[in-house]
Amino acid sequence: MAYPPELLYTKEHEWIRVDESIGTIGITDHAQKELGDIVFVELPKPGDRVTAKETFGTVESVKAVSDVYSPVTGDVTAVNSKLQDNPELLNSDPHDAAWLIRVRLKDRRETESLMTADQYEKYILEAAH
Amino acid sequence: MVEFGGWEMPVEYSGIIEEHVAVRTRAGLFDVSHMGEIEVRGPQALPLLQFVTSNDVARLQTGQAQYSALMYAQGSAVDDCLVHRLGDGHYLLCVNAANTDKDYDWVTRHNTQFGAEVRNVSADYAQLALQGPRSANILAKVTRSDLAAIKYYWFAWAVCCGIEGLLARTGYTGEDGFEFYFPPAESERVWNALLEAGRPEGLIPAGLGARNTLRLEAAYPLYGHELDEETTLLEANLGWICKLEKGEFLGRDVLRKQRSEGTRKKLVGFEMADRNIGRDGYPVAIEGQVCGRVTSGSMAPFLKKNIGLAYVPPGLAEPGREIQIEIRGRLAAARLVSLPFYKRKKESGVRSKESE
Repeated sequence: MAYPPELLYTKEHEWIRVDESIGTIGITDHAQKELGDIVFVELPKPGDRVTAKETFGTVESVKAVSDVYSPVTGDVTAVNSKLQDNPELLNSDPHDAAWLIRVRLKDRRETESLMTADQYEKYILEAAH
Repeated sequence: MVEFGGWEMPVEYSGIIEEHVAVRTRAGLFDVSHMGEIEVRGPQALPLLQFVTSNDVARLQTGQAQYSALMYAQGSAVDDCLVHRLGDGHYLLCVNAANTDKDYDWVTRHNTQFGAEVRNVSADYAQLALQGPRSANILAKVTRSDLAAIKYYWFAWAVCCGIEGLLARTGYTGEDGFEFYFPPAESERVWNALLEAGRPEGLIPAGLGARNTLRLEAAYPLYGHELDEETTLLEANLGWICKLEKGEFLGRDVLRKQRSEGTRKKLVGFEMADRNIGRDGYPVAIEGQVCGRVTSGSMAPFLKKNIGLAYVPPGLAEPGREIQIEIRGRLAAARLVSLPFYKRKKESGVRSKESE
């Protein structure tokens, strides 16, 4: 699966798409492949504060539990409620329909240190060797 | 691929859920060549095995297999294993990969007082497990052996896919199926031929991940989780392989004492009330008190529930009891249920493992 160029990526395999001051956050295709069949997602509630580089939720597959880290600091404005009953959406459409949360960014400059799609692809290739 | 007991093993091929459901409804093929094999031979083979294992080896006929445990004196298992009687005074033990060296050393150490011939023959055998309701149909395409004559927990020497080996009607999935032991040089050929023969029947390759979720649904113990040096067989619900009347064996005194006085803990099954998963190592609380620990927990792909095994105090172990599992600092509701979680519908004439 190609990594969409409009997203920015973290070393912990999350992505963020920034529209104005709202960031949409999810996990990458690489992350879902490593996890395998995803069966449970635990997310914050709207209004909760998430902090850059700190965990804000959990994604569980049959075989593993994985923390999800926020690329940015901000307040949660929306949570993807579809994932509660259809966590497997994270396996089939990780970069779009299976977004996890939306946050109102506190400081847009936090996204400057994130990777572009090209950089992220290179990063996961290197990590595999 | 993950490293497992020194072997590079695939955790999954097409996905744990798909592989698991295939084994329950059609068939799956597992490469379990990592399992260890120990051969015990000679006039002293039976007395040695009677002393180091818990089940009654004397009850085995040639061609029959038995689930058992290699024992410590404290009533716990060095390992759980299958004992196959190949002939008079001739046995083959199948043991867990990670425990093979420990098991071999343990048997050898106790053999000094018996003098049987004990060999670690793990390198001589590849092992493939064909599991699922269509296993016999698939196997019938690649062997001329009469598979109906091989009953549950029996085996025969058979030629499968042109290769001779030991074909046992055993498994670790809770389904009908076979385990085939044969020379490792031929493993790729047999693997490919079985997959080819099984494709029209819906056979797919299955990995360690599905093997674990399948055995958990069937509530089979896994060494290092439900079984360890500290846990007696009675605590692990394995009283049915403790033949206390067979004569002296390692751990018998402790087991006998526990049988009359009771155990310190009991292995139970639980179901989560919601989508949380109580996983290995998570604390178990009953009536607000942490009093046990999860040993295995997972989403169960066939039952579509989140299930697990845990040790709790014997007096609090009855099915139906509400318990809580501590998950990432929060308590999640669960309920004790009777074991196994899953039991296949048996055809008439197939004996259950528990009756062996």
